Amino acid sequence: MVPPAEPRTYYGRAVLKRPVWTWEVPAYFFTGGVAGACGPIAAGARLAGQEELARRAAALGLAAVAVSPALLVSDLGRPERFVNMLRVFKPTSPMSVGTWILSAHGPLAALAAGWQLLGRPGARVGVPAQFATAVTGPLVSTYTAALVATTAVPVWHDARRRLPFLFAASSLAAAGGALAALTPVPAARAARALGVAGAAAELAVAHDMERRLDPRVRRSYEDGPARRPHRAARAATIAGAALLAAAGRRSRAAAVAGGLALCAGSALTRLAIFRAGSASADDPVQTVGPQRERLAGRQTAA
Amino acid sequence: MTGAELPRVGFFTDTSLCIGCKACEVACKEWNGVPEDGLDFLGMSMDNTGGLGADTWRHVAFVEQRVQVQDAAEGLRWLMSSDVCKHCTHAACLEVCPTGALFRTEFGTVVVQEDVCNGCGYCVPACPFGVLDRREDDGRVWKCTLCYDRLRGDQEPACAKACPTDSIQFGPLEDLRAHAEQRLEVLHERGEASARLYLEGPDDGIGGAGAFFLLLDEPEVYGLPPDPVDATHHLGETWLATAGAALAMVAGVAGALLWGRR
Repeated sequence: MVPPAEPRTYYGRAVLKRPVWTWEVPAYFFTGGVAGACGPIAAGARLAGQEELARRAAALGLAAVAVSPALLVSDLGRPERFVNMLRVFKPTSPMSVGTWILSAHGPLAALAAGWQLLGRPGARVGVPAQFATAVTGPLVSTYTAALVATTAVPVWHDARRRLPFLFAASSLAAAGGALAALTPVPAARAARALGVAGAAAELAVAHDMERRLDPRVRRSYEDGPARRPHRAARAATIAGAALLAAAGRRSRAAAVAGGLALCAGSALTRLAIFRAGSASADDPVQTVGPQRERLAGRQTAA
Repeated sequence: MTGAELPRVGFFTDTSLCIGCKACEVACKEWNGVPEDGLDFLGMSMDNTGGLGADTWRHVAFVEQRVQVQDAAEGLRWLMSSDVCKHCTHAACLEVCPTGALFRTEFGTVVVQEDVCNGCGYCVPACPFGVLDRREDDGRVWKCTLCYDRLRGDQEPACAKACPTDSIQFGPLEDLRAHAEQRLEVLHERGEASARLYLEGPDDGIGGAGAFFLLLDEPEVYGLPPDPVDATHHLGETWLATAGAALAMVAGVAGALLWGRR
């Protein structure tokens, strides 16, 4: 097959504007991902009678969700107006929906982690709050994928059906890894399993997502500023999962090293996705080429 | 304001009439108090503005093309076009704005409320035309308002008022569309086979634009996307995938905990 001709552009200038977001945004994709995953982990571990894991998951979840609003507010052009996010609820805006999800999840996570401090009456609100985070948490982890997918940026928009699954898997890998590191080895069996399974899913979904992208759009991951974090993410995720699977049940040191590697892999995955978005927006070929072919296909059909 | 339904208004930019004088760029800046956007020589024909942005709400593109003329000698064709916010029917910027700062006016145009915008930046990559951007020193997002203040005072927008050749035409969208069809026919009869309308109808990916164009070449030649789609058009399947992924997370956790019990 003849490769499609290079599309015509206006002096090679970008058609789209690149996102104005800075490092806080991919950092939040990571912290929000971990925070969200800890919701169902803490609630499930409590149900399963794995108290040690449940307590640590709740504490980690609270820590991760506590830093998230700071990251988000500091990325605003007018941070003092952050509260304007709460003027409206718009289902057409994943950022609006996410703000409300996070606003609900944060206090629930605080109750889930801290209710023991409130004494006996604390349990009446703490335990239901813990179970509620099993619902809000996974949405905190995944809405950010819907957020980036709902843009004109080809590498994000074209991956809209895969990105939420990638964010979900990456969040589980990171939370599983972190909890495998934080929890004594005998109580961390489920955390290790989550870390390894999450990592495997993260690698598989990322591979599938990239394979389905238009080759010109896929370049955003293969070349340019996303290339290094993209490759490093894969290496760290593979190494972390291998270490955790092979030695995590015998050695706490191996569990800590493997868990940290999984966290690094997850954070780098988000950084790679973020940078790929900027590269994709900058490249007029990725905007014009697929649109031109879509238009030509429609005209032939008509 | 009266209670009567106002007609949707917009721009028809007939690039076959554009002489590249940039009076629209200047009039826009003057009227709206838009800051200076960089005094650079870009080496792109007569275009030293580059593109639309926070501080450029009208942008005149200049394209130089080598063409065969009748006696087979090679000639130069100069395309000029004044670009502007499209005031889309399905406006992704407005849909994704989490504060409600972007809204649809009584004239059917899309405007940012500068006292509400908190500079989250979501509209910037959401726009399929790269129109919106954040002003560095200000932190907020700015774009063409289709001279909302002038419309409310029953005046036409500054760019259309200043345009000396009527390349930029302002009016009720229905009238502009009818006029554009007639103009296209005239040009085709004259042998301008490459003349075409861009974003004129409601059947494209943005549901039609409030600012549409008559172009003399493919849109991408002017830096415009050939088949733009509103970023929220596929939101249903995106939310569905998000819900599926959230459920998969719960299932994954349950599986790991069951496995961890042994």
